[in-house]
Amino acid sequence: MLSVRNIQKSFGALEVLKGIDLKVEQGDVVAILGPSGSGKTTLLRCMNFLETADGGELIFDGETYAFGRVHKRDIAKIRQKTAFVFQNYNLFLNKTALQNVTEGLIIGRKMPKAQAMEIGKKALAKVGLADRVDFYPDQLSGGQQQRVAIARAVATDPEIIYFDEPTSALDPELTGEVLSVMRDLAREGMTMLVVTHEMGFARTVSNKVILMEDGKIIEQGSSEDFFEHPKEERTRAFLRLTQGGIPEEISK
Amino acid sequence: MFSSRIWSLLADSFWKILLPGLTATIPLTVISFSLAMVIAVCVAMVQFANVKVLKQLCRFYIWIFRGTPLLVQLFVVFYGFPKLGILMEPFPAAVLVFSLNEGAYSAETIRAALEAVPVGQLEAGYCVGLNYLQIMRRIILPQAMRTAFPPLSNSLIAMVKDTSLAANITVTEMFMATQRIVARTHEPLLLYIEVGLIYLLFSTVLTKLQSWGEKKLNAHRRKAG
Repeated sequence: MLSVRNIQKSFGALEVLKGIDLKVEQGDVVAILGPSGSGKTTLLRCMNFLETADGGELIFDGETYAFGRVHKRDIAKIRQKTAFVFQNYNLFLNKTALQNVTEGLIIGRKMPKAQAMEIGKKALAKVGLADRVDFYPDQLSGGQQQRVAIARAVATDPEIIYFDEPTSALDPELTGEVLSVMRDLAREGMTMLVVTHEMGFARTVSNKVILMEDGKIIEQGSSEDFFEHPKEERTRAFLRLTQGGIPEEISK
Repeated sequence: MFSSRIWSLLADSFWKILLPGLTATIPLTVISFSLAMVIAVCVAMVQFANVKVLKQLCRFYIWIFRGTPLLVQLFVVFYGFPKLGILMEPFPAAVLVFSLNEGAYSAETIRAALEAVPVGQLEAGYCVGLNYLQIMRRIILPQAMRTAFPPLSNSLIAMVKDTSLAANITVTEMFMATQRIVARTHEPLLLYIEVGLIYLLFSTVLTKLQSWGEKKLNAHRRKAG
């Protein structure tokens, strides 16, 4: 359904993505793991054209687009079918929760207002915020804001939702409420590409896992293989470090 | 005896000063400031969006109007332009100069406010399927105008007072009306203080409107602390 071939991106002299290939099938929940600075977020942002990749191709719905040479019209077309959830929510600060959800429908997709409002209210109810439709972002907790952001993403009926570290700005309690909304989405068959540090989510919700480091993919596979039978030594070290384990060097 | 003469002078002149305030000072301010806002938003957006060539033109415009005295601009237009065959009535000439002058200053205020809106607002707009102009109009500009509201209120209050300069190009506004009464009565101290107090009254009303407006705009903003 969606794949990326040999994507490359540099910021000045810093090479952030060194040729990455990945493939997402419909209904996949792909977790992208990796240490900070490994290029995960940049990868996601390039895939939705928030950054302009230097090279490579995006194949989406059977069409191939060369990064860096995609027409504005095509970018707009692709974005109509995708959604993005940001680490710091990025809710429209001058709009209520409901307006945040309906904006892309009424203005971006020219949907009749009444229909958009109905979809918006349903989407907010689904993330447990039926009683917060008229609240502004500043009146909501971080977890609530992120749930509105997820409702905003879902309401446009996208083919895939990109999540960029959706819980990194939240405390553990609020993280839980956001992850449970994402788990529900996964169960309904939503295709999701999730950059995350939540190992529990990667293990139990996602069906595929990718480990990135230094702009390259170290290992990718089904989440069971990745966690139970990692092939790479680097993966084993990463799992030891991130799953509550104490690094061998220290425990000795 | 002294005070009754003063009181009758002040009372007589009050309406004679206030009337041109209502028919000249206020219309001049309202029309000029409204036009200035239109100019300022356009000039600020051109710079914010980094439109080539137009951006240079906008910088040039700001450079000229911020860099020369308002009074000189009024004189160039009203007394100078007729040499080029451009003859203007005093009031429209004043509107032209005040709106262009204020537009240049306010453009910078609004540009700063636009740049203060987090870039994530633009990115989120793109991701929900809006185009650049839709995002500007519906998301970024409304947030920027909220930030710009206090400094723009400042400019409005300043403009009310600056309209007194229009007396120099024969616009019969409050200050010119006062000068005429002074010429007749030889009471400069009293009358100039009186007109000053009327300007103060106008400014006070605007200050009240500003705090009311800020309250409205910030109703759903969380207070710091």
